[in-house]
Amino acid sequence: MSQNDFLHLMPLLILTFAALLIMLVIAAWRNHKIIYVITAISFVAAFLSLFELRAVTEYTIEPLLVIDGFAVFYMGLMLATALLISMLSYAYFEQQKEQKEEYYILLILATLGACVLVISKHFASLFLGLEVLSVALYALISYLRVRERSDEAGIKYLILAAFSSAFLLFGMALVYFSTGTMTFEGIAAAMSGYRELPMLLLAGFGMMIIGIGFKLSVVPFHMWTPDVYEGAPAPVTAFVATVSKGGVLGLLIRFFMEVDGFRYPTLMLIFTIVAIASMFAGNLLALMQQNVKRILAYSSISHLGYLLVAFLAGSQMGVEAVTFYLVAYFITTVGAFGVIAMLSDNSRDAEQMDDFRGLLWRRPWTATAFTAMLLSLAGIPLTAGFVGKFYVLAAGMNTQKWLLVSMLVLNSVIGLYYYIKIIAVMFQQPDTEKEPAVKLRPSIYIASVGTLAVLTLLLVWVGVYPTALVDMIQGMFAEVPALVAR
Amino acid sequence: MILLWMIVLLMAGGVLAWLSKKWHPVLPRWIALFAILTDLILALFLWLGTPTAVTGSSPWLIRLEIPWIPQWGVNFILALDGLSLLMLLLTFFLGALAVLISWREINTKTGFFHFNLLWVLAGITGVFLTMDLFLFYFFWEVMLIPMYFLIGVWGHANRNYAAYKFFLFTQASGLLMLLAILGLYFTHGSQTGMYTFNYFELLETTLDPLAARLLMFGFLAAFLVKLPVVPFHSWLPDAHSEAPTAGSIILAGLLLKTGAYGLLRFVLPLFPDAALEFAPWAMLLGVVGIIYGAILAFSQTDLKRLVAYTSVSHMGFVILGVFAFNTWALQGVVMQMIAHGLSTGALFIIAGFLYERLHTRDIQQMGGFWSKAPKMGVIALIFVMASLGLPGLGNFIAEFLTLVGSWQANNWLTVFATIGLVLATVYSLRIMQKVFYEPAPTDRPLPDLTSREMLISLPMVAMILWLGLYPQPILDTALPSINQQLKAYQELEVEEKKVVLVEVPEAELSIEKSSK
Repeated sequence: MSQNDFLHLMPLLILTFAALLIMLVIAAWRNHKIIYVITAISFVAAFLSLFELRAVTEYTIEPLLVIDGFAVFYMGLMLATALLISMLSYAYFEQQKEQKEEYYILLILATLGACVLVISKHFASLFLGLEVLSVALYALISYLRVRERSDEAGIKYLILAAFSSAFLLFGMALVYFSTGTMTFEGIAAAMSGYRELPMLLLAGFGMMIIGIGFKLSVVPFHMWTPDVYEGAPAPVTAFVATVSKGGVLGLLIRFFMEVDGFRYPTLMLIFTIVAIASMFAGNLLALMQQNVKRILAYSSISHLGYLLVAFLAGSQMGVEAVTFYLVAYFITTVGAFGVIAMLSDNSRDAEQMDDFRGLLWRRPWTATAFTAMLLSLAGIPLTAGFVGKFYVLAAGMNTQKWLLVSMLVLNSVIGLYYYIKIIAVMFQQPDTEKEPAVKLRPSIYIASVGTLAVLTLLLVWVGVYPTALVDMIQGMFAEVPALVAR
Repeated sequence: MILLWMIVLLMAGGVLAWLSKKWHPVLPRWIALFAILTDLILALFLWLGTPTAVTGSSPWLIRLEIPWIPQWGVNFILALDGLSLLMLLLTFFLGALAVLISWREINTKTGFFHFNLLWVLAGITGVFLTMDLFLFYFFWEVMLIPMYFLIGVWGHANRNYAAYKFFLFTQASGLLMLLAILGLYFTHGSQTGMYTFNYFELLETTLDPLAARLLMFGFLAAFLVKLPVVPFHSWLPDAHSEAPTAGSIILAGLLLKTGAYGLLRFVLPLFPDAALEFAPWAMLLGVVGIIYGAILAFSQTDLKRLVAYTSVSHMGFVILGVFAFNTWALQGVVMQMIAHGLSTGALFIIAGFLYERLHTRDIQQMGGFWSKAPKMGVIALIFVMASLGLPGLGNFIAEFLTLVGSWQANNWLTVFATIGLVLATVYSLRIMQKVFYEPAPTDRPLPDLTSREMLISLPMVAMILWLGLYPQPILDTALPSINQQLKAYQELEVEEKKVVLVEVPEAELSIEKSSK
């Protein structure tokens, strides 16, 4: 590896190094605060190192990795999100009885995995990234071992994720068998001859879609979502909902753009069905839930459906829309789970509707932030979610995906109902004055409160003045050959 | 810039009102009142400063254009013409009354209440001013959330259900409009290569008939639900009757008008051919609304629900007039928007007064108030008369003009619409009869209006009388803008006449004209 390679992989190296460092520090001295600070600093450092790479056009490390504007943007998104999640984690884990320090190693490793995913251009690096992400998540989800739900969720995720990885591997093997290569551009070159996909290759893609679909939790591979969301500690849920999905989505976009999967009606049909089914299943099932974490789980399924609408548009605008929507969705989801994390205590997470009853009158600022997040999920103006949804709709309309677009609109209306339900609960008069039993020192909450404030401001800022973000996305993607070609 | 300031003032006032609750409990009310009155003065100042006869030139008085999201061709365009100006005056007038009426009625969470109130008004102001379709949708939605809270937090017993229903109806129909806006955007973009949401540019778009029809239905969905037109009206009685008085005033007086305004501003000029095709059906819906609303109003026992159904009936005249496509009818529509805003707003206020005193809205339990509360009785009488269209009051002018205009477009439907006036007399007199004249079922004391309440009622009386006796300034202000909306139709008509002139002799031409 040359020095240049090291320079371009700097964010990943920083994360790896940070994980090792924390391990050593824990061996020497267990202290939550120090570990937390190291984590935050390493995320910030990794994020800042991306600025060096901002202007990069396309740098490949043969045969595994490629770093281009698209990769840099997605890595930045992951790192920033991971940083925010770690900020929200501190107060949450401070009150838990478990050993807290290993959590941060796992968080860093999972982020590393997600970052590898978005820069991989080879099946080997793809799988490597996916497994680093997944294995870290197994432990993260069941981190609070004394909670029954957490255990259950961890085991469920372990079994299903391993199962889906097997599918993914088999799919890759089939693709390799029929094309003779594992690099994305090699596959693209081999496929460019085909007008229709041969059966074997289609089977390979189909199995890969199962693996990918599981990670994205789209219907029909969504069964794990509500249980894992409910069982995992709130910050981990935020991570599962954002970074883990974002990494896989970035990979999916890169792969599809490279091989130009939009040419094949069969693949399009599969994704269209998946998108519509995800929107409907997510929204309709969310209507029946009483548990806020489960509602958000189902809502995330439907949001992935919305994202697929823009993805299926297959144009450059579509990719921009996916990315924009993803940013909005990340802000919103991290914010929503951040609120839940902040209201949780050491025995359970604040996930029942009752925990939110009259929140506006008890804790007005928290409730305002949560309301903003929910309105953004519902796609109401003045929030990032609205502009995101608008972008997605525009991308869909632009390529005449009428069916998908009308389904999206229909589902937005269904979705409104359960978001409003939570908001209405927050506005009700509380029956009894209840306060969390044990309150930590206020100084511990500073990180959480600050993060939530930043997220809310970002949400409104992107919602009111999206120009800057759009500019940035368009600028970063302008140099990516696979995107510009479309 | 002054237009931007109007909106900013309301929004900033809202935030300030919310925060100021901490310092003093009465402060939010004064801040809200001050913000709205300042806007009212600004609007009045604009109105008085406008030369009356600007018919020949462009109808636009002020325009403001700031790039907002240039990548998508979204601009922050605010523009004011006579129509918008009248609507703004109405908005601020009713807004100020809404603050005054809540002075005693709303006692919980006043800060948040006034925040919502001012933000609804800001949304409405934005809707009346913006000439960029993206921004229009943006403001269209901005009105909804605070309104939802107004109903959902401070409403009566069944408020949650009503708030949900209101929100889902309007949001669903709004999304259809968003689709139509996007459709128009991409059609225009692919034709000219310039992707923009600018209303003035989009007016130039040529659409094939099918596309025009689909897009028009997208817009209509939003406006007809908001107006509301009969099959889509079911949110209205619930929302109106469960909302607090201030909420009812804003709903009936302003939110419904945004639907009418949308029809005038967007549907008519953007889709002339499709609108002509749809006109008979729209007028039919209007007539059905007039009669159906009137019948249902007659059969209500809940006073606010009764008034809500009269709105359905009155809004029928609006759609009847809009789709008659002539100056008379549109003048009538504009008058109707203003007069209905005042008269129905006043009736809701009276219902609010009664509710405050009796804690019921059931008219079975009322009666004999004429002698107990003569001031209230007189004021109620004036607005009930306005509602039934008594000459000398604003609604008469509105309905008369609308009917004259629609007669030229469709004789039979106009005949049936006129029946609505008779029905209006029946339900309006029933209010007076039940509440004020019949012997009282119980012998509870009923305090008469206080000076604050008189302060609210008297300006409304003055306004409705002025509208009825000397409507000319309003008509003058609205005229250039109305002509602008009708331009496409007048061109069509001229073309048709040319054809007619060539083909048929003079005698038949006059028949042709009269059946138009």
